[in-house]
Amino acid sequence: MTDTALPVPQPTPQAAPERQAFLDEPVSEVGDLSQWTLMRIRFSKNKLAMIGLWGMIVIYIVVFLGAFIAPNEYTFQDAQYVFGPPSPITFIGPNGQLGLRPYVYATTTVLDQAKFMFVFTVDKTQKIPIQFFVHGDPVNVLWFKTNLHLFGLENTKQRFYVFGADGLGRDMFARVLVGGQISTTVGLLGVALSIVFGSILGTASGYWAGIIDDIMQRIIEVLGAFPQVPLWAALAAAMPPISSNFTVVHRYFLITVVLSVIGWTGLARQLRAKVLSYRTADFTQAALAAGSSDIRIILTHMVPNAASHIIVTAALAIPSMILGETALSFLGLGILPPAVSWGALLKDAQQVSVVLDHPWILIPALAVVLTVLLFSLLGDGLRDAVDPYSI
Amino acid sequence: MINYIFRRIGYMAVTLVIIVILSYLIIELPPGTYIESEIARLRQQGGNVGQDQINALTKRYGLDKPMYVRFGLWVGGMFHWPPDFGESFAYRLPVRGLIANRLGLTIAISTFSLLVSWGIAIPLGVYSATHRYTLPDYGITVLQFFGLSIPGFLLALVLMLFAQRVLGQQVGGLFSDQYTTAPWSLAKFGDLVQHLWIPIVVIAFGSTAWLSRVMRANLLDTLNMQYVQTARSKGLTENVVVWKHAVRNALHPLIMILGGSLPGLISGETIIALVMNIPTVGPMYFQAQLQKDEYLAITFLMFLAFLGVLGNLLADIALAWVDPRIRYE
Repeated sequence: MTDTALPVPQPTPQAAPERQAFLDEPVSEVGDLSQWTLMRIRFSKNKLAMIGLWGMIVIYIVVFLGAFIAPNEYTFQDAQYVFGPPSPITFIGPNGQLGLRPYVYATTTVLDQAKFMFVFTVDKTQKIPIQFFVHGDPVNVLWFKTNLHLFGLENTKQRFYVFGADGLGRDMFARVLVGGQISTTVGLLGVALSIVFGSILGTASGYWAGIIDDIMQRIIEVLGAFPQVPLWAALAAAMPPISSNFTVVHRYFLITVVLSVIGWTGLARQLRAKVLSYRTADFTQAALAAGSSDIRIILTHMVPNAASHIIVTAALAIPSMILGETALSFLGLGILPPAVSWGALLKDAQQVSVVLDHPWILIPALAVVLTVLLFSLLGDGLRDAVDPYSI
Repeated sequence: MINYIFRRIGYMAVTLVIIVILSYLIIELPPGTYIESEIARLRQQGGNVGQDQINALTKRYGLDKPMYVRFGLWVGGMFHWPPDFGESFAYRLPVRGLIANRLGLTIAISTFSLLVSWGIAIPLGVYSATHRYTLPDYGITVLQFFGLSIPGFLLALVLMLFAQRVLGQQVGGLFSDQYTTAPWSLAKFGDLVQHLWIPIVVIAFGSTAWLSRVMRANLLDTLNMQYVQTARSKGLTENVVVWKHAVRNALHPLIMILGGSLPGLISGETIIALVMNIPTVGPMYFQAQLQKDEYLAITFLMFLAFLGVLGNLLADIALAWVDPRIRYE
């Protein structure tokens, strides 16, 4: 696959129609195209997988520009808007005409002395237009400081809460977007670590077999026997509390390590099976006869062959890592404040009574479901592209 | 067959020993002890804790001894009859009595969820494989993807809201208030079912989605086999062909992952029990972990892993039983 010694016919402008013919009829002329090109073609033909891919790209852009997209800063607390509902939006302008510009009704907050609760009343007569590129709270977007926001309200004390507010009067929309930065990357980093551990240990156990393999198999069996969340919780509970020399960033990285403690076993098992089958293959025997060292055989002959499977296994592991982080943070053992993640936001939803009164605090869960769904579609598409005969 | 089982049990013994050591180390190694959190708590309440009181507490819990001695004592206790797993610091009670009921309930709920998910997943998988690329098949596929993407606790919360708002049921816990101390009766049993249907549905949902996907793929593979064609050409009815020839062979990989799915079910059960306040392992375990109630946490973790190992063993034996090729390997 990576061997370029053989003269491969390069696609020339004249050959383009033939290539098109192949695209229409994928079974013919398979030998013309490299394995990776074949996979790319198969992948791009899979509509669901493409939805997953583009959906994820959009999500990453949205969460990393989140501070700019959301009208409020995510830590801004509005004591007048504790557990405030999503701002009501209308497309009917002040002159009674249906238009493209959305308006927000003005909302006033009154403290109900008897029940000791905030009561939010919507003033249907007062409409505030939503404007684009307004100046608001100063925020950090990636590496830039700005007070420009994609949309919001201008020249008013009224604030715009797309998803309502949480128990401290903070904008849920901003928190969901900013929290996504952690939730969508924790899986990627965890999987990256799993790939490192899993490929080293899996290859070693498959290649050298014998006692190394036995030990590795026992370790994998033991780790597989532990239920994930209790084991993760035990490891997360071992972390020191947040302080000046153990910041939320340290914790974030340790959480990815914790997630990959179980994650690598699946990859190691797959790779071991692959390497075991390559061990007796002719190309390995030929390399051995030519005097290649073990490391060379592994790195230049086996790993490139297994690369596609490593990628697929990794992609399929990302959703379960995202769900794992969500579960841990939901239990209060994962990402801790002041950092935000979707799981940490859902921690407020632990009590049914709270959810019953303020259903919008479940919105972060929809973000989790959407992301996991898109990643699953992507992973499934990758698997089908690499091996059309598997599940 | 006997030979095979003995060999597997031999492997299992090694695994169990590693689990005991690992569970102990995971909980015990991190710094901080129960005493420290207890002292902090006492100080917070205004009381001043004297050094001799600290010493007394340390001695009482044996925390002055080095770790390997404590590990030896703890493991030694397990070999007594009845086994002794140490004492819970927070409850001041033997761990054995505390966990017995909860572990039983966790096993019961997980097993029941397992049966439910198998009972649904196999027919669902068979249907969607035999009706491939039809509307119901697409519907099932969509459901499967959602089943895999929804976190269990979210589904539990949504179902609890539904049960409370629409059905008007009391949710959370095992029994309604009036039945908690009542003797067993049909009404009490009905009340139990009303409380347990949500956790069972939630726990079973994810694994049903996954299992039915695996079943569909396996059956699609076996339906292409020549023996299926032979069966058809013999003039057997389609039902017999599918259920007797194809499904029986497609079940093997499913049995293989049966053992692996048990830890997942237990893991899901622990979170949902916490959300729904069901007196199983979950709430007590997470509590013990936060308080550094060591022996309680260690014993829970150890037994949960034992269950996983046991599930693997049972799955292997079941597989050897249905597939002679494995026994003689």
